[in-house]
Amino acid sequence: MTAPAIEVERLVKRFGDLVAVDGIDLSVPAGTCLGLLGPNGAGKTTTVEILEGLQPATSGSVRVLGRTWAEDAKGIRQRIGVSLQETRFHEKLTVEETLTLFRSFYPAGPPVESALSQVALEDKRRARVGTLSGGQKQRLALAVGLVGDPELLFLDEPTTGLDPVSRRGLWTIIEGLKGRGRTVVLTTHYMEEAAVLCDDIVIVDHGRIVARGTPDALVHSLGGEQLVEFVASPAIPAQALERVPGFSGQRQRGEVVSLSVQALHEAVPALLRIADEHGSELVRLSTRAATLDDVFLALTGRTLEEAEQT
Amino acid sequence: MKGATGWLNPFWQLLLMRLRGFAREPSATFWVFVFPLLMSVVLGLAFRNQAGTRLSVAVTEGPERAAVIAALRVSDGLTPTEMTADEAREALRKGKVALAVVPETTPRVLLDPTQPDARSARLLVVDALERAAGRTDPRPLAEERVTLPGRRYIDFLVPGLLGFGLMSSSIWGLGWAIVQMRMGKLLRRLAATPMRRLDFLLAFATGRLLLAFLEVIFFLVFARLIFDVRVAGNPLTFVLWGLFGALCFGGVSALVASRAQTSETANGLMNLVTLPMTVLSGVFFSASHFPGWSQPLIRALPLTALIDGLRAISIDGAGVTALLAPAGVLVVWGVGGFALALRLFRWT
Repeated sequence: MTAPAIEVERLVKRFGDLVAVDGIDLSVPAGTCLGLLGPNGAGKTTTVEILEGLQPATSGSVRVLGRTWAEDAKGIRQRIGVSLQETRFHEKLTVEETLTLFRSFYPAGPPVESALSQVALEDKRRARVGTLSGGQKQRLALAVGLVGDPELLFLDEPTTGLDPVSRRGLWTIIEGLKGRGRTVVLTTHYMEEAAVLCDDIVIVDHGRIVARGTPDALVHSLGGEQLVEFVASPAIPAQALERVPGFSGQRQRGEVVSLSVQALHEAVPALLRIADEHGSELVRLSTRAATLDDVFLALTGRTLEEAEQT
Repeated sequence: MKGATGWLNPFWQLLLMRLRGFAREPSATFWVFVFPLLMSVVLGLAFRNQAGTRLSVAVTEGPERAAVIAALRVSDGLTPTEMTADEAREALRKGKVALAVVPETTPRVLLDPTQPDARSARLLVVDALERAAGRTDPRPLAEERVTLPGRRYIDFLVPGLLGFGLMSSSIWGLGWAIVQMRMGKLLRRLAATPMRRLDFLLAFATGRLLLAFLEVIFFLVFARLIFDVRVAGNPLTFVLWGLFGALCFGGVSALVASRAQTSETANGLMNLVTLPMTVLSGVFFSASHFPGWSQPLIRALPLTALIDGLRAISIDGAGVTALLAPAGVLVVWGVGGFALALRLFRWT
């Protein structure tokens, strides 16, 4: 087992009275992809910028690739790649010129052409940055992060603001960047993105880690992998629902009740029977697989969308 | 491919970024080259020194009117016009005539003694009337007409506009570029690379010098071709002084741009720096017109120092030794601005 790519202990960052990061511990094994998941303002970007050496921590210890920033800032910078949220590169330069500029800062790295092909921007090589679409700009930001052949790659919200097609295109590219021992740290507020791309996920809310694990394990931690959602009229008493086979929990939001269950083929007929016994009619009934969104909801009492609005 | 040499040299790449950014931005070319050119053409034409300019004078009604007009017509410095008394007062008020003559048996003149033209016109009127009355000059004066180089307004204006141009392109061109890079998180992105800060600094300073060199040469050539403005001193000293000034303003500009996070802040700061100097530092007229108590303050401004130096070289033919005082002012601003900027500069 090699040394972890990132080790963070009791990391705290305050801006005046505001506590942006409130005691985070992390250990990211080399060669894995970690997803930092949470709503805007949860402290993800602050955490990542401290890891990238762009902000000092208020307290706590940070080791990146075995070094601290105080020991060897230049050495760390040579070995990491960064894609910040919405960097506006020089609009008058071409894609190729931008990559050549950034390539010149690193002692070693792949030729500019290979960075271009890794993000599928070969045909935009001579296009001015100002003429690129949002998705192409994000791909350029990715390529700029790759020109130093980094051992550790930070991607801060790489798909925020993109349409679903561009987002999926980027996922394919990011999948291709993993492996070969490269460690990736990705922040996102899209649960689906973290589930698709990451080996491990850390869920952050209000500057604290509220859960961590593999995507599957986090979903399992809800107790059930399937959700049955319904509206019953009149409502069915909560205790009655606990008799559903494989029941592991229930939540009510408005008039919609969600049951976490193991197997739909056993749970749904049982639910229909129970509804019948109570003289209730199921006005709405739907089922779906539990997602990380459900994990976030279970942990914080808010959906991610609600968290975004607060 | 080694990182430190050849095409992939970071200094060279950063310099290329600056130069490409300028060359591909048409509005930058306009403000740096076309705008000062237009300004000097317009001002140069408006304040052209015309040989044989005649002063207009009004002659009101009176018994001696015909004789007075005939006498004034003989003078080569005056253009007399017949007016009523009311018209003459109105023309005086509007500055259309330098003075008005009331042609009574003992002629009177109406004039505003604070107007330089009025005093000249009075002397010319007295001269013309006395000659008409049969004066013979007891002490005749021979006159030889010459035009001294460097005495025209355009000779004065061109160094002023060049200094103004160098200040503007430093503060706005350089400062704005930095603030934009900060707003677009490009500075932050660069700070996350192993880029040496010294390379960044040298590239921006070199870019500034190259552009300033073009500005100075462009100004010299175009002022020579259109207005026949010549540099009395060593042209090389003139160019080097311009570059030196541009570099010092680079330091001021780095300070102005060291923290601004928004275009509003940057805009305000840059106006705060450039506007007072545009007015006070003698771009369009000599700064010595301002009252005596303000002179030490005005002399301490970097633009005053830059323009004074440019004028000293181009008009008075001054050499390096005569420029020590303004050079000192520029160094203090440049080095001071730069040192403060290094302490205050925010990459994020």
